[in-house]
Amino acid sequence: MKSSEPLVLVIEDEPQVRRFLRTSLKAHGFAVIEAENGTLGLREATQHVPDLVLLDLGLPDMDGTEVVKRLRTWSRVPVLILSARGEERNKVEALDAGADDYLTKPFGFAELLARMRAALRRAARVDAPEESVLVQGPLRIDLGRRRVELGGEEVHLTPIEFRLLSVLARHAGRVVTHKQLLTEVWGPQSAEETQYLRVYLTHLRRKLEPDPSRGRIFHNEAGVGYRLELASPPEPSP
Amino acid sequence: MSDTRPSPEELLARIAREKQQALRGRLKLFFGMAPGVGKTYAMLEEARARAARGTDVLVGVVLTHGRAETERLAQGLVQLAPKRVEHRGIVLDEFDLDAALQRKPGLLLLDELAHTNAPGLRHLKRWQDVEELLEAGIEVYTTLNVQHVESLNDVVERVTGVRVQETVPDSILERADAIELVDLPPDELLARLTEGKVYVPAQAERALQSFFRKENLIALRELALRKTAERVDQQGSEYRRAQGGRRGAGARERLLIVLQPGARALDVLRAGRRLAVELRAPWIALVPEGERIERLSDEAREEVAELLELARQLGGESLVVGSERAAEQILHVARDRGVTRIVVGSSRRRGFFAALFPPLAEELVRRAEDLEVLVTPGIQDEAVEKPAPRRGLATPASEYPLALLPVLLAVLLGIATRDALTIADHALINLLAILIAASIAGRGPAFLATLLSVASFDFFFIPPYYTFAVSDLHHVLTFAVMLVVGFIASQRTIVIREQAAASQERERRTAALYAMTRAFAVEDDPLAIAQSSVERVHDLLQAEACLFQPEASGGLRPVARTGGWQADDERESAVARWVFENDKRAGFGTDTLPAARALYLPMSVPRGTIAVMGVLIGALERELRPSDHQMLDTFVAQAALALERVRLRAEADEARRAVETERLRTDLLSSVSHDLRTPLASIAGSAGVLLAGGTGVGRAEQRELLETIQSESQRLSELVTNLLDLTRLDSGALQPRREWCPVEELVHGALDRLRERLAGRKLELELPREILQANVDPVLVEQALVHLLENALKYSPPDSPLELRASGSPGEVLIEVSDRGPGIPPGEEQRIFEKFVRLPDGMRAAGSGLGLSVCRAILKAHGGSVSAENRLGGGATFRMRLPVTSAPPPPPARLQEETP
Repeated sequence: MKSSEPLVLVIEDEPQVRRFLRTSLKAHGFAVIEAENGTLGLREATQHVPDLVLLDLGLPDMDGTEVVKRLRTWSRVPVLILSARGEERNKVEALDAGADDYLTKPFGFAELLARMRAALRRAARVDAPEESVLVQGPLRIDLGRRRVELGGEEVHLTPIEFRLLSVLARHAGRVVTHKQLLTEVWGPQSAEETQYLRVYLTHLRRKLEPDPSRGRIFHNEAGVGYRLELASPPEPSP
Repeated sequence: MSDTRPSPEELLARIAREKQQALRGRLKLFFGMAPGVGKTYAMLEEARARAARGTDVLVGVVLTHGRAETERLAQGLVQLAPKRVEHRGIVLDEFDLDAALQRKPGLLLLDELAHTNAPGLRHLKRWQDVEELLEAGIEVYTTLNVQHVESLNDVVERVTGVRVQETVPDSILERADAIELVDLPPDELLARLTEGKVYVPAQAERALQSFFRKENLIALRELALRKTAERVDQQGSEYRRAQGGRRGAGARERLLIVLQPGARALDVLRAGRRLAVELRAPWIALVPEGERIERLSDEAREEVAELLELARQLGGESLVVGSERAAEQILHVARDRGVTRIVVGSSRRRGFFAALFPPLAEELVRRAEDLEVLVTPGIQDEAVEKPAPRRGLATPASEYPLALLPVLLAVLLGIATRDALTIADHALINLLAILIAASIAGRGPAFLATLLSVASFDFFFIPPYYTFAVSDLHHVLTFAVMLVVGFIASQRTIVIREQAAASQERERRTAALYAMTRAFAVEDDPLAIAQSSVERVHDLLQAEACLFQPEASGGLRPVARTGGWQADDERESAVARWVFENDKRAGFGTDTLPAARALYLPMSVPRGTIAVMGVLIGALERELRPSDHQMLDTFVAQAALALERVRLRAEADEARRAVETERLRTDLLSSVSHDLRTPLASIAGSAGVLLAGGTGVGRAEQRELLETIQSESQRLSELVTNLLDLTRLDSGALQPRREWCPVEELVHGALDRLRERLAGRKLELELPREILQANVDPVLVEQALVHLLENALKYSPPDSPLELRASGSPGEVLIEVSDRGPGIPPGEEQRIFEKFVRLPDGMRAAGSGLGLSVCRAILKAHGGSVSAENRLGGGATFRMRLPVTSAPPPPPARLQEETP
């Protein structure tokens, strides 16, 4: 039986950060358990089955990526990485190993909350059938009929562009690494061809972002990947 | 002048000397008046005593001459194996200097300090070996007879009639830490001689006759005693002076000793030096050499070189001046250098000749107003003085017909006008011809022309015509006058020519010296200076030269050389190394390692020897003159100074740079410190107030304080990030990880990051139609763009529009960010990219001044640039330039799009 409050496991070695997280999460209706290193963190995860894991990459005893890998062998729990700036490679590794999203320190609590909610939402939907229609403002993506509309008008996308868009849309709100995108759109043998990915995404952006200086759909996570951000949860298909 | 205490300079000099002396070995001289007094015996006695006390005694050379008692003493002391040297088929046993240096005994015994080494050994003389041993810190005992002392050489000759060849410079005596006089009354010595205790009996008779006469021995004994007393007195006054006693009475004297080659100059030198020692005055030896050097015989020329070398050895300075108007030049030098007395040798010119060509001594006496001139006779030895055969400048054969031409013309003219003119007229015409001939030709041709003119005058113009007979004896006077005129004129011509040649030579030397100093003044590169010096030496002496400098591993390496330098073998390098280590000249023409092909000179500066200059003199056709040596010394000194100057300048630059870097670091630290503390102060302060609570702080104020904490934290975070970035970029630790990125992706990324701040601001975006790509680090370049945009946002009013334009041209991608703010103060366009510079403007500037610096560092790391400029209509434009050196590779087939 699940408790009413979602359980968050915080794996972080800095006591001040743990305190801040504990205080704020509790104030927002989350239950919190803490661990100060990777080994303890994994143990807590097996014992308490959290709904979400907040994982710091700079742990004293093991690599954050290692924690993610081990966790992923038996759990699909959403994992959010907390990392310092400039560790893009570590972030990408952790994301490719199975983490869901990341936050760069110092982060604001509002941002953390948003990402956590998005991750929990996604996890809740995992058993539900895949949405076939996604809406973001003027953008409407009908995955079933393979049709994209912008402000009511149909936008013509090439097959690759469509595939790219669908992958991002399916992971809406979450960062998708370059490698993940390349693998899902072109296959594993193309996992390193990042520069071509960028070009295709640029085409996509040009087609779908009407006013580039305002309202953004595609967010570039420099050095990591892309994120298709939905301002509000997608409406279920009628 | 009386001074009680030594000046600071003297004290320092004394301390330096003492320090040096502490490193050097002690020298004890066993001094005696003649062979056989027992010097070797005394030396061995003391050595044995020292050995018994535990000193490591080594016998280098001990000559017992078969004297039994001496031999007995020598037993029981360790002998150094002699070096076997073959010379002209004979095998000689010589002292092995290198073995001794390696063995490094506590005390070394070397008999007969005046001994000349066999050829092939390093030094010419044993006393030079002793000097090297002392430098190495080895204590030496040695023996010396009074007749071998250099400054007493002429006196000994006068007394005994024997000229001793092997001499030892006085500097060694002065250098000796102890002199023990081994004295023996002459009668006793003679008795020992007859007993055969002195020489091997077979030679006793001859020795008795020539040298061992009683009056000789008495005189020699007196000399030995006097010399020893002199030395004791010297040591005493040095001691007194060091203790602050009174100096010797009288004003400071300075002597100038004039040495004329071929005039018993050596004796004059010795006499002058004795006077200098008595007066305790410094002295200068001067040789009037100059142009006449060519005229001297080889012997005389060698003598001049010897003189100057001897002067140096005896401890004086040596100078060379030209011999033109020698007296004037000498007096000029004397007045210049503060000389108080001049010593000159007397001349043997007598009578009429002396009146016409006054000897130098007389000229000096006449002209030297306030200076004392001492004329010393030297030894009146007829046998020594030989008229040196004189050689003049070679006269080209072509001058003979040239000289005869005027004479011929005069004769022809005369014959044509014989009856129209008188004999007097003809005489004058012929005289004119002689004058012309003598002016244009050398002595030989001029003389011939004169004779011919006189003869033809007689033949053609004196009755009876066409005979050589003379009817009127008056005409003999005419002949005589013509001959004399011809002679004088040709002499003048010769002198003028010689002067011209000498002038040219001087000119050439001056030009060479000038060229060198000029080149050195400008040059900053040590290698260029080295090359320039060897070339100047080559210009000067027409000899090949090479400059050696020490390398880190400890050896000596040729750094610069002239084209024909041919002395790279091991032996030559060894000489160069020796010169470097000992700071003394060696090689060809010196007393040390004379077998070398080149002369090696040390290049010294106050801190020591820094280089060695080798000059291939051995290959020259002519010998070097003393003035050449002087010139060479000057060159070498100049080159050494130039090299040192360059090194010091580099050091000064380095020091200046270090100071500058330190200053910048301090400045940076203080700026950073301030910028870090300010937000921290706000945060700490606000938190403090909140914690303290109290009724005065309402909810609104609380909220304000919390907002302050949040925004200041943000500011601090930005600062720390920028600092870290800057540090990593500057140190090169952060290298761009390049990928091909579309420029607009970077632009969108930057705009996205500043989404909130850009909300409500009008932004004009201009991007090229085709997808422009650049090979850059996306994270860094996006960051750089963010900094530019932040800057634009900061410095422009909230209602003003911003523009961002990206464009591509061959080899470059350009991104421009423009605003309509107040712009940049003129002249500050570069400075704003410096760390921590904030523009004085009316608006609040949030955040640190590092953003633009980071931007610039990022661009620099990519090989690009960023610049700023005011724009028309107000505001500023910032331009980011990224070099694009290649084209993005086309996508592989599997990534290609199927046709839509």
